[in-house]
Amino acid sequence: MKTTTTLLAGAALALGLAGGAMAQDEPLQVGFVYVGSIGDLGWTYEHDQGRLAVEEYFGDAVETTYVENVPEGADAERVMTQMALSGADLIFTTSFGYMEPTNNVAARFPDVMFEHATGYLRNSPNVSTYAARFYEGRAVMGHIAGNMTESNIIGYIGSYPIPEVIRGINSAYLHAAEVNPDVEFRVIWAYTWFDPAVEAEAAQALIDQGADVILQHTDSTAPMTVLAEAGAIGFGQASDMGQFAPTPRVSSIIDNWAPYYIERVQAVMDGTWESSDVWGGIDSGMVEIGEISDAIPEEVRASAQALADSIEDGSYHPFTGPINRQDGSVWLAEGETADDGTLLGMDFYVEGMTGDVPN
Amino acid sequence: MMGIDPVTLIAALIVASTPILLAAIGELVVEKAGVLNLGVEGMMITGAICGFAIAVDSGSPTLGFIAAAGGGAALSLVFAFLTQYLLSNQVATGLALTLFGLGLSALIGVSYSGISPPVTPSLDIPGLSDMPVLGPILFSHDAIVYLSVALVAAVWATLKYSRVGLIIRAVGESHDAAHALGYKVVRIRVLAIMFGGACAGLGGAYLSLVRVPQWTEGMTAGAGWIALAIVVFASWKPWRALIGAYLFGGITALQLRLQAAGFDIPVEYLSMSPYVVTILVLVIMSSDRNRAALNAPASLGKVFHATG
Repeated sequence: MKTTTTLLAGAALALGLAGGAMAQDEPLQVGFVYVGSIGDLGWTYEHDQGRLAVEEYFGDAVETTYVENVPEGADAERVMTQMALSGADLIFTTSFGYMEPTNNVAARFPDVMFEHATGYLRNSPNVSTYAARFYEGRAVMGHIAGNMTESNIIGYIGSYPIPEVIRGINSAYLHAAEVNPDVEFRVIWAYTWFDPAVEAEAAQALIDQGADVILQHTDSTAPMTVLAEAGAIGFGQASDMGQFAPTPRVSSIIDNWAPYYIERVQAVMDGTWESSDVWGGIDSGMVEIGEISDAIPEEVRASAQALADSIEDGSYHPFTGPINRQDGSVWLAEGETADDGTLLGMDFYVEGMTGDVPN
Repeated sequence: MMGIDPVTLIAALIVASTPILLAAIGELVVEKAGVLNLGVEGMMITGAICGFAIAVDSGSPTLGFIAAAGGGAALSLVFAFLTQYLLSNQVATGLALTLFGLGLSALIGVSYSGISPPVTPSLDIPGLSDMPVLGPILFSHDAIVYLSVALVAAVWATLKYSRVGLIIRAVGESHDAAHALGYKVVRIRVLAIMFGGACAGLGGAYLSLVRVPQWTEGMTAGAGWIALAIVVFASWKPWRALIGAYLFGGITALQLRLQAAGFDIPVEYLSMSPYVVTILVLVIMSSDRNRAALNAPASLGKVFHATG
């Protein structure tokens, strides 16, 4: 045991971490709770890449553990409690549905820090929330989709009707309609984040209805196979899904959690961690646009890149007025941009979208 | 607004239902023999990766399906050994088998992500497949769809009319009586468990080779549990299992298409309806005084030890 401690201290010294609040002589325990499997090549895969980046950056100074396929709800609470009891110092809970469980468990373990992805509840000082502005990426995907559709029907596979997903649909729709006013969105709610069979079936149903471009907000690559067969195109979700390039995957939204995870682990080590709410966009590197493939004409690639650049440098906000709500009432006046509060609670479609948001 | 083409809907329904139908008909035989194997999900996903890997490596979907059946049966042997020879608890062992299958398949599947499998051809029957309406619905599927329906018919006929079926049912209703008559209870049950494993494996491979078709970790996403529910829903009758599977698959296909067509429907209710129907069927059946209608094998889930 003595040797281990010395070795670890040595490793910590070598990494320059021994100063400040490095009182602990044991590695920092970091836990991750995943909603899918790390091999989903989507959402959970990217969180796990973040975890691996933490391991690589800190070496022996951290020990990470993860539990995959944790259902949202009571099971999640059990898993988190177990992690906290077995000595975790910092726990990342990486799905919207873990919001209540995370806050419940955090209240019982005030010495353990919790980081909840995509939620908004921070009931105790040891809970932080973090999310990425995926709607910025959706704007770019919508722009490409609007340019590329020939049938003017764009399919959208939604997971659950939560603000995160609705925001993405609105952002994609606005930027598709901007370049192609005739475009129509068909939305399917899959009521799952990950079920390849249902996702493939949904993609097929959209294609049968005439969609030739499909966006997905579910995590598996199953729709890609269906798109390839039908000659339609789509976009990588959460992860690059580059194995389906150049078609059907013509671009992608990549979640890059690694810099944030490293920063937060560092904060716990330094004793500077405090509850915060981070919402990073393209500018922070948390949202990346995957390479736009050759299947897209040169000028569309250029205009999509220009759109991404203008969002990155802050000169353009994807929700800039005039924008009306679906019922025709004014949401944003000319030149007005959406505030984060409204975006975080978005439960309505913008004008031009058909169909209703399910309750 | 476009409507829904009923022909493509029914064709899609059949494809969507085949994996759970295969798994359910296998589990039905297992339960008829008095064994409750909750490891269907694990055997399905093992079949999915075994079938996928072999189909990709050999280029032959047929070999893939054979390997899937073999893989599912091999995994079920673990369950058979534990429950029939070491007399472990069937519920706990079945759950463990699911966890084991999920992990094992993830391990085997590491290098198979993002690959497309060889195409499983549909059996186009000249003349018949070109018929309007009936052609696309009945005569343009792949061999596994027909095999699944043939299996239902074979299981029904075997259980109802053959001596083998009588023995399986005897073992499931009263293993002590069957043992007293000289039947090898354990051997019969092991064979039934293997049949169930092979069917579940086929169902899994149908997902990874035809319905999705690709390998993704955890891709069965609960299909095995639905298959288990269907066996109960069907009150252990093969043709009812077929109806149950098509009902589950049909509602999934229907609600997705209704949404895609832009109909304003309460999706949540439609998605939960098969489960509600299952609960209703169970309530109605179990309210029957003499429980005859419930039709559950009397020795289901009970451990057999040949001492008495």
